[in-house]
Amino acid sequence: MKHTAINFVLVGVGGQGTILASDVLAELGLKLGYDVKKAEVHGMSQRGGSVISHLRWGAQVFSPIIPRGEGDVLVAFEKLESARFRDLLKPGGLALINDYAIEPLTVNTAGIAYPEDEYLRQQLIQVTDRVHWVKGIEIAEGLGNARAANVVMLGALSALLDLDEQSWEEVLTMRIPPKYLELNRKAFQAGRAAVAD
Amino acid sequence: MKRLLSGNEAVARGAWEAGVKVGSAYPGTPSTEIMETFAQYPDVYAEWAPNEKVALDVAIGAAYAGRRAFAAMKHVGVNVAADALFAAAMTGVEAGLVVISGDDPSMHSSQNEQDNRQFAKFARIPCLDPADSQDARDLMIAAFDISEQFDTLVMLRMTTRVCHTSSPVEINAQRLNLPEPEKYPRNPAKYCMVPANARKRHPVIEARIQDLAAFAETFPFNRCEWRSTDLGIITGGIAYQYAREVFPEASVLKLGMVYPLPKKMILDFAAKVNKLIVLEELDPFIEEQVRLMGVRLYHPSEVIPEGAEYPLTKSIFPIIGELDPAAVRVSGQQAGLLPPQELRALPAGNGSLPPRPPVLCPGCPHRSSFYILHKLGVPVNGDIGCYTLGMVQPLDALHTVGCMGASIGVAHGAAVAGDKERHVAVIGDSTFFHSGIPALINVLYNKSNVITIIMDNRVTGMTGHQENPGTGRTLQQKETKEIEIEALVRALGFEKVATVEAYNVKAIEALLKEWLKSDEPAVLITREECALLPGARSRWLPLEVVIEKCNGCTLCFRVGCPAILKSEELDPRTGRPLAKIDPLLCTGCEICAQVCPRDAILFRNQILARETEVSL
Repeated sequence: MKHTAINFVLVGVGGQGTILASDVLAELGLKLGYDVKKAEVHGMSQRGGSVISHLRWGAQVFSPIIPRGEGDVLVAFEKLESARFRDLLKPGGLALINDYAIEPLTVNTAGIAYPEDEYLRQQLIQVTDRVHWVKGIEIAEGLGNARAANVVMLGALSALLDLDEQSWEEVLTMRIPPKYLELNRKAFQAGRAAVAD
Repeated sequence: MKRLLSGNEAVARGAWEAGVKVGSAYPGTPSTEIMETFAQYPDVYAEWAPNEKVALDVAIGAAYAGRRAFAAMKHVGVNVAADALFAAAMTGVEAGLVVISGDDPSMHSSQNEQDNRQFAKFARIPCLDPADSQDARDLMIAAFDISEQFDTLVMLRMTTRVCHTSSPVEINAQRLNLPEPEKYPRNPAKYCMVPANARKRHPVIEARIQDLAAFAETFPFNRCEWRSTDLGIITGGIAYQYAREVFPEASVLKLGMVYPLPKKMILDFAAKVNKLIVLEELDPFIEEQVRLMGVRLYHPSEVIPEGAEYPLTKSIFPIIGELDPAAVRVSGQQAGLLPPQELRALPAGNGSLPPRPPVLCPGCPHRSSFYILHKLGVPVNGDIGCYTLGMVQPLDALHTVGCMGASIGVAHGAAVAGDKERHVAVIGDSTFFHSGIPALINVLYNKSNVITIIMDNRVTGMTGHQENPGTGRTLQQKETKEIEIEALVRALGFEKVATVEAYNVKAIEALLKEWLKSDEPAVLITREECALLPGARSRWLPLEVVIEKCNGCTLCFRVGCPAILKSEELDPRTGRPLAKIDPLLCTGCEICAQVCPRDAILFRNQILARETEVSL
């Protein structure tokens, strides 16, 4: 196994399952033989605020925080957040974006418009041309539960990263309660299919 | 055996392996998960105390009784517990005793930034400072040995990034089996700190810290990592990681114990490197002590004139906020330690994105009171908890927030000072138990007219749903007596006291308006489960806007609920956007429906009645 270090930045809105997704990636990294660090901040950010999780795989990882411009992969569970945290991504890095908007309260109270899709695309293109949009919520709703959108995104990520699928399966089985496992398996496969072309 | 553990989980693991019997804590970010995790291990006693001072006293009592014990708290909790901390520093212990301080550089979830290594020096107790989860587990175990060897309280100082970063940890499957202690000490010369005894103890404490400094020279967690001798870095805690990340070639003196310092080790290290720097987060804690040893630190005199910024700030790295690799790199470049490097030009335009600050959750039972307080326009003194978010637009209903339990005392102070407006204090259930009760006694005793609102959401909310004296359950899920807030307040002697359902906007408004007319102190308890608790979740029912009735008046936006959005449809007459409700976010609390003047938002029973119709 070649240990190319990978820095993952996971962003979203409190309550979207960002932490579960980063847990899965941490366990996966260990399974693949990496040293792993996973950093997140709990507390205020859970109350509908922006959340960010730093996840690093490497031969030996020191800083838990990914320096600006050194993220290899940016996974955004909400599309506005992809633009907010794009600076963490390295030029030419991989961006995977859930095509879903959660309007911040400031759109109502401070009258700042939620950006148009085209604007968000431009924001990302200035950093990288490897941008994948996935309709995570739509796909998860189609499977019967919008809350599985985070696993749809992980499925898509698994296809883009080309890592051992069996290891993903084992980690998901370990992290997801048996009751929801079947739904999430489907969500994972649907995510893989969504970026298959 | 390796396991992926957060720093907090690793501390709990270390405590269990070290044979700790008793843990007591008050929840506080970033320390909360330490006691939550410890409570799940077999053969331990773990509790939530009402506040950090009680928690530390409990741990002290257990350690006097010969059982290993610890107390955990966030950095500001140590301020509350400081009295107990200084007392225990004087008496020493019968069995290992550790206090954990969860510092929060950059104030991710705190009201102020403070470096609690200073407390260790202040009270003459040793301070251990882990750099990752493995360190956290190892140093927690070492802390108990040090505590017993030197008869001292030990501080384990964590920071947010260590607490909340997960990394692999080598653990032991075995728990240390300690012998049952003898009976509770009868040793007043050591444990009764009356002046005559305390005067005899102080020299013991000063000698102890000297002994600990000698011990630090051979403490295995203080170690030199030799690489290039051109640059040597003295560091500890999370800053060690940034030293390795940004200066991979440098030699490092990694301090697992940051107080007291190993002087000989530092002098030897200094002698062997060409340039010597200290890399640490927040205060120049190590730096000042090293300078006092007469060691000459590298000073970028061509960049910063010598002495120009010292001692007001550190000589190279920022004194404010948490470090990260970028901050360390920039400071290193400015000091001439790293070659200047063009920072990647960042594309412009990010500033125009709508910010996403934390807000009260959809369905939050605190929302109604803040909506009314904003409308009444009275000065409101707030407290620490989710309800601090009552200050956010559009609710905009808090005017002061200081520290735990401050609301009532501050409101009373403003009132007795003769302020012409009527003062309100807002405090949550857990914070009321923490330190609100003495302040409420003061209102009655010293006769002010403060109106106190106790927002009882049946849980300690902000830190992620911990039990408290009002919930009827303990941390280890035993049923217990539930402290009734209204009965307690009445027992103090308050006459104007009422408990209302927190979602009942009209009842809250009517009561407050009536009380504002009188000049008596009053206590309103707004009671409703936090909308995120399992019981409340099972009742979630998204409401709907009747588009035909809505005219875009925007009143419902003023309750500041993330579930109420502007729709794309405009009112044909006014051109204003109509309201819509996000069914994924709405819990059906009905605050917006009560506020709507046109009955354009359906209440729960209307939605349920319609569903029954459809199914018939």
